[in-house]
Order: sequence, then C-alpha cells, then structure tokens
Amino acid sequence: MVVSGSAWGQAAVDLPFAPSERALTKGFPQKGPMILQRTRPPLLETPFEVFDRGVFTHNDSFYVRWHWAVIPTEIDVGTFRLSVRGHVDKELSLTLKEIVDGLPRVELAAVNQCSGNSRGFTEPRVPGAQWANGAMGNAKWMGVRLKDVLDRAGVKAGATAVRFAGLDDPVVPEAPKFMKSLALDHASDGEVMIAYAMNGEQLPLLNGFPLRLVVPGWYSTYWVKMLARIEVLAAPDENFWTRNAYLIPDTPGADMKPGQTGLTMVPITRMVPRSFVTNLKDGATLKAGTKTLVRGIAFGGDTGVKSVELSVDGGKSWLPTVLGRDEGKYSFRQWQAEVTPSAGDVALMVRCTNDGGLVQPMANNWNPSGFMHNGIETVHLKAA
Amino acid sequence: MQINGAALGFAVAAIAGLTLAFIGHPAVQLPPPPAPAAVASSGATAFVLKSVSVDLPTSTEVFPGGATAETINANCLSCHSAGMVLTQPNLPKAAWHGIVDKMIHAYKAPVDDGEMTAIVDYLATTKGSK
Repeated sequence: MVVSGSAWGQAAVDLPFAPSERALTKGFPQKGPMILQRTRPPLLETPFEVFDRGVFTHNDSFYVRWHWAVIPTEIDVGTFRLSVRGHVDKELSLTLKEIVDGLPRVELAAVNQCSGNSRGFTEPRVPGAQWANGAMGNAKWMGVRLKDVLDRAGVKAGATAVRFAGLDDPVVPEAPKFMKSLALDHASDGEVMIAYAMNGEQLPLLNGFPLRLVVPGWYSTYWVKMLARIEVLAAPDENFWTRNAYLIPDTPGADMKPGQTGLTMVPITRMVPRSFVTNLKDGATLKAGTKTLVRGIAFGGDTGVKSVELSVDGGKSWLPTVLGRDEGKYSFRQWQAEVTPSAGDVALMVRCTNDGGLVQPMANNWNPSGFMHNGIETVHLKAA
Repeated sequence: MQINGAALGFAVAAIAGLTLAFIGHPAVQLPPPPAPAAVASSGATAFVLKSVSVDLPTSTEVFPGGATAETINANCLSCHSAGMVLTQPNLPKAAWHGIVDKMIHAYKAPVDDGEMTAIVDYLATTKGSK
C-alpha cells in the first residue's frame, strides 16, 4: 500500500501552524484514522478528538513514532527472544512464554508522551516532527517488572546502568542503532515495566509488539519498542541516543532564549504537568448565558494530578474543576466543570498543578528541540 | 465574560461544601480513593500472545521541483519519506545546513560535499526563511 501525503487522496486535517495540512490516513496496520506526519519511518499523530473519549487512548488511535526505517513486519511469538546480557551473573534468552507465564504480572496506567509533543507550537519555530498535541496517549499497561527480569539474571556488583534496544535498525548500517539507558537504581525501582499488553490487548506492532519498556512518568524516548535486548552496563552509556540526543538545557522547564549559549545540556527525563480541554474546539460558539459543560484531560507528569483549574480572565483568577476517577498517578485524569459564558469572545484557559506542587507555566518554554512543551492551553470561543 | 460564583456553579458549591451536582458525562465520576501506582494482578487469567504479520505502507511522494530536487530525491528518500521534511517550518539556511550535517555525520547518510551543498540549497530555497 502506498501512503504519501495529500496524494493519498483521503481526508485531510489542518493543524494550527504552518504548513498546516496533513493527511488523515487509514493506511497503517492495526490503526484507525491517524494524522500522517511521516510515512517511513512512521510518525502518526492521534487526532485530538480521541482524547475526549475517556482517559485511556485506544490502541488503534495511539500515536506512533519510529526513528529508523528497518522495522520488522513479522514477529513470530514462538521464536522471539528477549536477551539479558552484560554485567550479570547469568545471561538470559527469554521466550515470550517464560515472560508472560513465568514472572509476576503487573498492571499500571501511564501516559506515554513524545519529548517533542506539541513542537509545532514552539515559537520561534524549531525543526523536528511538527506535532500538534497528539503525540501522547494513556494506556493500562500489563507486563512484568524489569526488576524481576534483572533479578533473574543477577546484576553484578559495579553495574551502573541498563541499556535497552529493540528490533528496529537504521537503513545505513553505520548509523547509530536506537538505544536508551536508565540508571540501574531507576531500572530496578519496581515500577519500570516490560509490557506485553496495553488496554487488555497485545501491543499493535507499531507500538512495539511484542514487548515495550514502560518508564512511568518519563518521556517516551525511554519506552523502547520491540524490546529485544537488555544490557547491564558497568560504565556510563556512551551511545549516541543516550549521550548526544534528546538533550535539554539544564534550566527550569527546559527553557532558554534562542541563541543563548553557555548552557549545560542534559538528557530529558521526567514529564511535567499538562491539561487540555477536549470537548470544545477552538473557534466553537457557545450559547451566552447558558450553562455549558467543559471537560478535558490532565496529567501530572511524574506524579499525580492535584488540581485542574479554569480561567476566563486571562489567568487573573482561577476556578476549580472536578476531577474524574483516579486511575493512578501516571495516568490521564479527566476533569470537568460548568461555565456560563457572557456574550462575546471567551478565552478559556486550563492549568494543572501536580502532586509535587508544579504548576503549568503561562508561557511556553523554548529550546532548540522543542522538548517539554507544557504551557497553559487556551481555547478561543465565542458566546452568542 | 464575567467570572463569578453565579457564572460557575461549581464555585458556589465548593464554597458551600455541597455535593457537586453537575456531573453529566458518564465517563467522569467523583474520585474514588487513589489507586496504587503499580498493581500486581493476582489470579490473573492466561494471556496469550499471537504472532503478527503486517504490511507497512510506502510513500511515492518525491520532493517537488524537478531538476532542482534531483539530488535530494536521490540521496534522502532511501532512509525516510519526504513528508516530514515538507511539513517543516521555513528555517534559515544555517538551520538547514545544520540538519543536513546531522544527517551526514550523526546519522551516517552517505552524501558527499557537493551533494550536501545541493541539498542545503534546495531546502533553503523551498523551505527557507530569513
């Protein structure tokens, strides 16, 4: 099947920045309509209206992001192996059956968000996938603790980090294979998972079938897909993707001035709070003087949602919303409130405060990669 | 638009300590006690994974511009389709130079110096800004 931008000849969507047009494609396996950012390797964005359907993002709508184009299209569950090697007592080559049936099963709701989600809104503009807000999703992940796998291999004294690699490869063999590392303490914290299911089903191939690392509260770059190799390291990971890519300025909110120099660049890690209105689209008209339900989703980043508030006066005053069911601190949380707009223009702002007390900033950050975007969102409405 | 307690029913309710009564969306309920972050599933039923075989779509899209796009089409499409490049914002030529340089030196795209110049020129012309 051939999918190529507007030539695909089906529905198009307009994103709120230039160039705005994207195809809405149904051409990818195990996926419904997705916003096409790139065909190969696939970059598929979740259409934003999906987030109004509840806190869990359906697997067939979950966004997709691959670095390299050599992606296996056939996975045999009988022959697949997960290897554990490096600074361990006993190297392992685990079958899927050994993982699914042989280790304690855990479940966890967690948001998976691309480091560059919302990059298209960055001003001044920066290169990279020009995502709107749909490079994120929330799923109930089911799998095993990474700790249990590491314990089975036996981590030797002196180990410092654990590196993860999937089955995907670059087209050019000399190019750096996509790999990411976590500090050993983090990898062994009992929360980092190896997931074999999301939302009760096996993972779509494009979301990492058969196994994907789940790093709750951390950006998706660490959530290695098609996870096939775990290496326990006794020295810092010098590979390109850990050392040279996915870097942010070591400043509050990863914020800096364009052209600013002398900053220390460090790997991106923990997510920060965000919140969105999901039931009203920018430009919608409300009935003045009539109660209108406003609802949306929020997440705290690396901890839970403490509160979500609304403002209709440009952020001078904030009013509470009611939070929906708590699916765990790493999950999306729904919120809702009722507003009765007066006639005229309405700028509806929404902000999340997380359980650590971190509040979304009024202004968006800027860094050269467009990472960690989390400024307060505003929906512009009319009441008549 | 005015904001006051009357305009926002929940504000009055919250101050009065009353049960909030405007929940109308079935997917949203009042919060139960927080769930623990990771839950071990006890007595879980067997989970069976099934082998998967899919086809990934390909793209026939090329960089527009005929002869001026010849070098970029010959060098860049083997690793990635054109779509994401064509949806980039307009960027200064120095930025395009930096991107192509990253493709060659970090991502090992086999592109020689003359080809690099042609690719950067194409991008700066097609997707350029001051």
